[in-house]
Amino acid sequence: MRAFSYTRADSVGAAVQEAAGNASIGDASPLTKFIGGGTNLIDLMKADVLRPHKLIDLTRLPLKEIVERPDGGLRLGALVTNADTAYDKRVAARYPLLARAILAGASAQLRNVATDGGNLLQRTRCYYFYDTATACNKRQPGSGCDAIEGINRIHAVLGTSEQCIATHPSDMCVALAALAATVNVTGAEGDRQIAFKDFHRLPGETPDLDTNLKADEVITSIDLPAEGFANNFTYLKIRDRASYAFALVSVAAALTLDGDTITDARLALGGVAHKPWRDEQAEQMLVGKPATVDTFKPVAAFVLRDAKGYEHNAFKITLAQRAISKALSQAAGLESV
Amino acid sequence: MPAATPVPAAIASQSITLTINGQPQQLDVQPWTVLLDLLRNELDLTGTKKGCDHGQCGACTVLVDGNRVNSCLLLAVMQDGREITTIEGLATGGVIHPLQEAFIEHDAFQCGYCTPGQICSGVGLIREGHAKTADDVRELMSGNLCRCGCYPNIVKAVDDVRISEGDPK
Repeated sequence: MRAFSYTRADSVGAAVQEAAGNASIGDASPLTKFIGGGTNLIDLMKADVLRPHKLIDLTRLPLKEIVERPDGGLRLGALVTNADTAYDKRVAARYPLLARAILAGASAQLRNVATDGGNLLQRTRCYYFYDTATACNKRQPGSGCDAIEGINRIHAVLGTSEQCIATHPSDMCVALAALAATVNVTGAEGDRQIAFKDFHRLPGETPDLDTNLKADEVITSIDLPAEGFANNFTYLKIRDRASYAFALVSVAAALTLDGDTITDARLALGGVAHKPWRDEQAEQMLVGKPATVDTFKPVAAFVLRDAKGYEHNAFKITLAQRAISKALSQAAGLESV
Repeated sequence: MPAATPVPAAIASQSITLTINGQPQQLDVQPWTVLLDLLRNELDLTGTKKGCDHGQCGACTVLVDGNRVNSCLLLAVMQDGREITTIEGLATGGVIHPLQEAFIEHDAFQCGYCTPGQICSGVGLIREGHAKTADDVRELMSGNLCRCGCYPNIVKAVDDVRISEGDPK
């Protein structure tokens, strides 16, 4: 790992101030980086993908609580670990979709260190992003994309661009997208809230930007709305081995049922796009319909309506359709998990 | 990334205090030293193994304040004030830990390279108290790879101690 300087922030304000001016440098390799759990950042620094000159350690900040919100929701402090979130009794009881998604990701060791704020900011596991000998527009804007014509089995089929076909690797974020969470951030210009669907970006012409967070902004917490879909939900993750592997395709599905009729629906996919892929149009198609496989199949086809396969990943289009149908069946209680 | 990344000028080592296997130690560390390298290279605690060095294999698993973690992905400087337990620190009064005993009893290793990490991970798993079945143990040990394929006996060893020690919570 390259040399860098290190400071420990003792307040959010001090952290933001320390990073002031960082915004202009861009996301591809900012010279100052905040560090939380660091499970992805340290790995990327070892691989020489990220080369910060300075790390600002946020882990001593008082952002480690999960608290009740007046609207009946929960606020997850940005520094709560993924493990403490998934095993929190309130999260497990009221947001089991989130707990299930978190526990589907990484390993126990990583979940003990990785933070909720950091989970949102983890980078793609595209092989070419990690390999500094290859072209990658995300790592080095303008250098090209070796994945598009290369080994792209794990890559995206939705929302891709000619610059980048990387996927977002998080499981937790797929559940947060389905639950319509809100991200609270603090920067030099003050506090702001970002709706989860607006937090991550599609690659477009600027695949170096994963999110709409500015380089001098700190995530302070994540708000979960009161509705947690605790009765009818599933997180279905399909991967190459039964545990400790990234999703080829994952589906967060949640339903509200009145008898057999769907009155509310949430549907988000992981492993298929540069961001957690929530499809609100598809959700609306489910509302008012009976919770049956006949309802689910056309919706599944609809979600993949604009999908584009590459040499090795076209199988994901069919896989995702089947996974959506299966996940909705599980959420409706038609199939066991 | 920047075309030329100048090396930052003279970055001072930082003084930290770690309690390692019960012994408080004051240490000067460079910011980029990971806990694994501090343990092995500076403190001669070579029981903790370097496998992948990328958080994928679990060979470097140690306990920080009782929680199992991958020491290859932790900056030592960020652990200031914490308690670190490695495989060398699990025995008490010359008696090896029940999970070490169970690994011997169940023949839960062949080459032994992953074993310190497996045992530290198993100790952490039992302390966490979330595993209720052998299937849970298998899932919650998935962060520790064993290229000899001793998984069935590793699961038996961890599950035995889990059952005999009960849920600590």
